[in-house]
Amino acid sequence: MKIQEHHARDIFKKYGLPVPDAAVATTPEEAKSAAEKIGFPVVIKAQVLVGGRGKAGGVKLADNAADAFDKASKILGMDLKGLIVEKVLVAPAVDIQSEYYIGITLDRDRKQHVVIASSAGGVDIEKVAEETPEKIGKHWIDPAYGLHDFELRKMLFGCGFEPKVALKAAGILMKLYKAVIDLDMSLVEVNPLVLTPSGDVLAIDAKINFDDNGLYRHPELKAFKESEDTDPIEKDAHARGLTYVRLEGGNVGIIGNGAGLVMATMDEVNRAGKGIAKPANFLDIGGGAQAEVVRNALEVVMSDPNVKAVLINVFGGLTRGDEVARGLLQAVEGTKLSVPVVIRLAGTNCKEGLEILKGSAFTPVESLADALEEITKFMTSKV
Amino acid sequence: MAIIIDENTKVVVQGITGREGSFHTRQMVAYGTKVVAGVTPGKGGQDMDGIPIFNTVAEAVKKTGANASMIMVPAAFSCDAALESLDAGIKVIVLITEGIPIQDMIEVWHRCKAAGVTLIGSNCPGIISTGKCKIGILPHAIHMEGPVGVVSRSGTLTYEVVDYLTKAGIGQSTCIGIGGDPLIGTTFKDVLIDYENDPETKAIVLIGEIGGSDEQDAAEIIKTMKKPVVGFIGGRTAPPGKRMGHAGAIVSGKGSTADAKVAALEAVGVPISDTIVGIVDLIKNVL
Repeated sequence: MKIQEHHARDIFKKYGLPVPDAAVATTPEEAKSAAEKIGFPVVIKAQVLVGGRGKAGGVKLADNAADAFDKASKILGMDLKGLIVEKVLVAPAVDIQSEYYIGITLDRDRKQHVVIASSAGGVDIEKVAEETPEKIGKHWIDPAYGLHDFELRKMLFGCGFEPKVALKAAGILMKLYKAVIDLDMSLVEVNPLVLTPSGDVLAIDAKINFDDNGLYRHPELKAFKESEDTDPIEKDAHARGLTYVRLEGGNVGIIGNGAGLVMATMDEVNRAGKGIAKPANFLDIGGGAQAEVVRNALEVVMSDPNVKAVLINVFGGLTRGDEVARGLLQAVEGTKLSVPVVIRLAGTNCKEGLEILKGSAFTPVESLADALEEITKFMTSKV
Repeated sequence: MAIIIDENTKVVVQGITGREGSFHTRQMVAYGTKVVAGVTPGKGGQDMDGIPIFNTVAEAVKKTGANASMIMVPAAFSCDAALESLDAGIKVIVLITEGIPIQDMIEVWHRCKAAGVTLIGSNCPGIISTGKCKIGILPHAIHMEGPVGVVSRSGTLTYEVVDYLTKAGIGQSTCIGIGGDPLIGTTFKDVLIDYENDPETKAIVLIGEIGGSDEQDAAEIIKTMKKPVVGFIGGRTAPPGKRMGHAGAIVSGKGSTADAKVAALEAVGVPISDTIVGIVDLIKNVL
């Protein structure tokens, strides 16, 4: 789960990080008042759950009240990479002498949290990794040993942090690691961490991603949840609790029971489709094929105007094919299928299931090859 | 001989009285697995179909000699359940549950590694040593004894592949679903080494998908192996940056795409099938 910068700043503050005071505004008037209270110059930053806000024009400086009003009115309501800006952060524009990157994330391969630091802050960390890797420091945290200040100092001094910043950054990272553990964060970044001419070390930006699997034990974080979906069909699917990803340029809806099976089915449609049939989405209904879930799945997939046919691929393991078939019929009771729906049923009791589906609105088939043939037949006849 | 489990393995089911736990325990027993105990804290002294239920794994181990555990408890209690098994001396832990916080898995993973305990999962269908023992939820009716070792990150896709193999008369020595999460206890690498040393396994089917670098690590091991490996990699049409169901199935970086994994495996001589059913022909060629 991603959260807005201003919520991340609030969490940083709670953990004692040096974060300049700022305000959130939802109207240009609010932004102007906030800016006047803070004192100029200020920076006005779009609060949306996407990266690259600055490059996209969502971060602007303002020198005075009228300017703040003007900049805020330009940013509020802006479409930033598919998300509409509903609020802005108004923060003091800090004088920057030098900038750094610090963050903690998960190293999947080593199965450890890793602290990453760069003495070339403000720049895309991947670019630094490519061009000047000596400016990047990494420290993998032993979960039993924990994180120790000396380990951070070793890393920070070792990758070019100036001494005063190294000492402060070590302390900040200790606090951030505590937050990571307390709140089940999957990523936390301060980019940039800056040194001002007056010698202050400040966190100028804040980014936190939470491990979705940990959210159940942090109910207070629910308040920060906002939809990251820019696609209305994905938004609808997620609101219905469906595991759904829309694909660009597809025309065959894909539904299956099991993530690996669905991915493989998408790939098979793409291969057999030879450019005419392409997967339009991923949708895993999981085990059980309950009628309600199947109905929602079909509705969502068919709501995509690009979808001209649907392939449902179900392998019944412990789930029985006849149960799946009954669930499917129940799911479409009273509705009309707007596009041809091919259901490939395999595994336990598949013959019984296919028998039940004969004569229904579905096109039941036994093999995936048959399903692909049916699908390409439909799609070719449409061309 | 078999890998990880065999006909002598004694299993304790944590969460035996739950809906899933009880159902799958009965399936395992029907297959011939020696389920010697169940653990549901607070229900010690009861039994299910004659299987004694204990309050703690420690007591279950003491009274029955259980040496492997299947965990079917909710995600919120799974880390605790795994650590309890570890503490009680269990040597193989099959963690079926999905949705366990990553932080919990970090702890469980490192402790199991330090103790030399085999952890399978999380978010996995389990392991079946054909004809000998099943710990998990795989539909055992489709499995047949034979010379092919199967290792996969998927659930139903694995069953599909096994079904095709069995229908083609090609049996399986062991089938192990290592799980769809980003942090799993047993990786492709680990299982390949086991299969290489297993006299019952003559060839291996590897089913991978987008995300992580497990397939690339596997390629390094395959370089040193004598037994042939064939594979299938799902997710060639997956868009970058999106989680495709499995928490571990996400393209984030060049190495984590399906194409990168196919390339890494083909580079070490592993034929990769474009289709699910094509795996059967590939394995026929090498048997």
